[in-house]
Amino acid sequence: MIRDQKLWAWHIVAGLIILVLLGLHMVTMHLEGLVPLRVLNPVVGKAPIDWENVVARGKAVTMPVIYVLLLGAALFHGLYGFTNIVREANPPRWLARTVTALAVVVGLGLFALGSWAAVAAHLLARKL
Amino acid sequence: MSDSKHHPNRLGLWGWLGGGRWGLERYLYALHRITGLGLLAYFLLHIVVTSSRALGADQWKAAMDAVTGPLFSLGEYLVFVAFAFHALNGIRLALLELGFAVGEPIEPVFPYRTSVNVQRPLAVIVLVLAALLVAAGGYDFYVLQAH
Repeated sequence: MIRDQKLWAWHIVAGLIILVLLGLHMVTMHLEGLVPLRVLNPVVGKAPIDWENVVARGKAVTMPVIYVLLLGAALFHGLYGFTNIVREANPPRWLARTVTALAVVVGLGLFALGSWAAVAAHLLARKL
Repeated sequence: MSDSKHHPNRLGLWGWLGGGRWGLERYLYALHRITGLGLLAYFLLHIVVTSSRALGADQWKAAMDAVTGPLFSLGEYLVFVAFAFHALNGIRLALLELGFAVGEPIEPVFPYRTSVNVQRPLAVIVLVLAALLVAAGGYDFYVLQAH
């Protein structure tokens, strides 16, 4: 059993990772009008979510690494925060444990899906 | 915590809505949790939807078409707003956690003094920066991207 003190420290570390990587993601995807990052949106005249830009970004080997790091940090930060909120409401012990177990299962499942997608999209982009 | 026997959290989640004597920081506490839950809900769906890029162009376009429209656009902007607040307030919380911006420790001698007034400027700075970021995002979402 990992002590809450350690999990809380990881929660803060994960928050700092998210701050940098999600900040970059937000600027790339949602502030491209104000802050055009041509490195991450190289196809001029196309929106960040257009397939051409998705493929162009996906070719870089750093992208799956960044995606997996952000995915892990965000899932841990979000789901650990969620279990803390549930515990703040002082639920019965069985409910708190069930929520924690569900958070672990959902977190691991989505981490597996997201990691597969990041690697598979990179391999696909390199073929195109 | 769930093991507490002496001070049960009788207000539960309703306690979020009452700032009481804690004032502004208590509402920031509630807003941090509300935005965190909203971001988490969005993020879990976002992982599933964006995983379609691994299946090729047609699946990606179909997934993006399914989440297009004014309602989704508004939802996306609200996610940006939630992120702006949650990130900046998170920096404030991390600074406080590490002992910055809370002032020097003093002896607990009557009349007691609170550190809330020392922390307040940081909370105001966070709100101003969040407002600026939200305005910049709104300009990008609804003015620049509309053209």
